[in-house]
Amino acid sequence: MTRKFTKDHEWVLVEGDVATVGVSDFAQSQLGDVVFVELPEAGRVLEQGKEAAVVESVKAASDVYAPISGTVVEANQALVDDPAMVNSAAETDGWFFKIQIKDASELDGLMDEAAYKSFLEEAH
Amino acid sequence: MTEAASALKTTPLHALHVELGARMVPFAGYDMPVQYPLGILKEHQHTREKAGLFDVSHMGQVRLTGEDPAAALETLVPGDIKGLARGRMRYTLFLNEQGGILDDLMVTNAGDHLFLVVNAACKEQDVAHLREKLAGKAEVELLDDLALMALQGPMAAAVMARFVPEAATMKFMSYLPATFKGVPVVLTRSGYTGEDGYEISCDKADAEMIARALLAEAEVEAIGLGARDSLRLEAGLCLYGHDIDTTTTPVEGALEWTLPKRRRAEGGFPGYDIIHRQLTEGATRRRVGIQPDGRQPAREHTEIQDAAGNRIGEVTSGGFGPTAGAPVAMGYVDIANSAVDTPLTLVVRGKPLAARVAATPFVPQRYYRG
Repeated sequence: MTRKFTKDHEWVLVEGDVATVGVSDFAQSQLGDVVFVELPEAGRVLEQGKEAAVVESVKAASDVYAPISGTVVEANQALVDDPAMVNSAAETDGWFFKIQIKDASELDGLMDEAAYKSFLEEAH
Repeated sequence: MTEAASALKTTPLHALHVELGARMVPFAGYDMPVQYPLGILKEHQHTREKAGLFDVSHMGQVRLTGEDPAAALETLVPGDIKGLARGRMRYTLFLNEQGGILDDLMVTNAGDHLFLVVNAACKEQDVAHLREKLAGKAEVELLDDLALMALQGPMAAAVMARFVPEAATMKFMSYLPATFKGVPVVLTRSGYTGEDGYEISCDKADAEMIARALLAEAEVEAIGLGARDSLRLEAGLCLYGHDIDTTTTPVEGALEWTLPKRRRAEGGFPGYDIIHRQLTEGATRRRVGIQPDGRQPAREHTEIQDAAGNRIGEVTSGGFGPTAGAPVAMGYVDIANSAVDTPLTLVVRGKPLAARVAATPFVPQRYYRG
C-alpha cells in the first residue's frame, strides 16, 4: 500500500479497488488555515485531473483535482464539520474522499513519496 | 529571486520580515509579508486579544504646507479640514468630477502643516493630483524617508505606554509627536482593524529598532497583510480599489458620514453636484455588509442576486471572519435590496448560497474614547 502524489499536491492511497484522496502536507502549509471544504457527494463520477473538491482558507479558495478517475464512494463528513483537520492531519484524518478506481493504470503516472519530495525540492 | 520580485520595492523592515519567517508577496509594488509562521487565523485572533504589529511603510505619507493648506485641500476632498483642530485627524476621500473616489486618506492637523496618509497603490498619483490641483496654493512633499507601523489590539495602549507614557491618554483620532527610546516618532491613535491602537511614523533608519522593541514585549506578535485584511473586513472598513474606487461615490459607498453638514451645504469639492443630488434623491445602489449562511466564504466578484434571481450586484470584499466565526463580506446591491436582513442569493462557483444584508461592523469596534 503506497501513497502516490500528483503535481497539484493531491495524494492517493490505494486499498484494493478503492482509493482514499487528500491534499499533501505541503499543500496545507501553502493553503494556510482552512475554514471550509466542499467535498463531492457519493456517486459522483470524477475524471482524472478535473475538479473534485474545493478547499477555502481564510485568504483564498483553491480547487482540489481528482488524482485518478472513478466514482466517489464516501466523503469525509468529519472534515466538513472540522475543516481545520486539513491543517492538522492532511495525510491522515484530513482525507477528502474515497473513490472506486476506474482504471488502475492511471496510478502509474503519479509520483511515489520519494519522487514527490524531489519534485517539491526542484519546484520550491 | 525572479525578475518580477527583484523589481519590487522593499520597506525598511524587509530584512526583519524575512528573519521572522514571513511569507512575502507582491503588494502595491512592494514585497510585503502576507503572513508569518503563526498564520493568518492566529495572527487575526492575536490582534483581537492582545496586540499586533503591522508594517505599513508602503503607504504614502505626505506633508502639505502653505498659507492655508486646509482650505486648499478642501477643494479636493469633501471632509471638514478647516474645522480640524490642531492634533486631530480625520478620514476623507479624494474625489473626481463625477464624485468617484480617487483614494481614501487620513488627514491630520499637525499645526504648521497637514499630514496625510494615503494608500500605497495610489500614492504617486495622489501626489501628482495634489501638485497639479494645488499649484500655487500648497507645497506637497512625499515623505519617502519615513516608515509607518501600526500597533493594534486591546493591549496596544499598555504596551505603547511602556515606551511613550503620554500615549496612554491620547484620544482616538489624535496625533502626538513623541520620543520612542530616544528617537523622534509621530503617533496617531488610529488604525485599520477596529481595535484600539496606534500608527507610528518614524525615520526609516529607526524603524527596525522600534519594531524589535515592540516585538520584544510579551503581548506583541508581527501580523501580516492577510490578517490585516480579515481584521478590517470584520470591522466594516473599506479597502480602496475593491469596496470603493473611481466608479463609486461616497453616497453609494455608504460613506455619508464623511460628508459633514457645512460641506454638503457649501460644496466646493469635485463631484459636488452629483453627490448633492444623490444625498437628496438617493443613489441607485449601496454598499452593504453581507452575511452568508453557513460556513462557505463568498469572495470578491461573487454575483449577488435578489430573491427573484435577478443580478443586483457583486461582492467587493469577502472572506472568513475568524472572530465572527463565520464568513463575512461586503458588496454593492440595488437600493431596493439594501435594508438590513434583506435575503440575498450569492452565486458561488455556479451554486446559489443564501445570505442576507447585515449591519457592519461584523465585530464591535473598540476604539479608545477616553
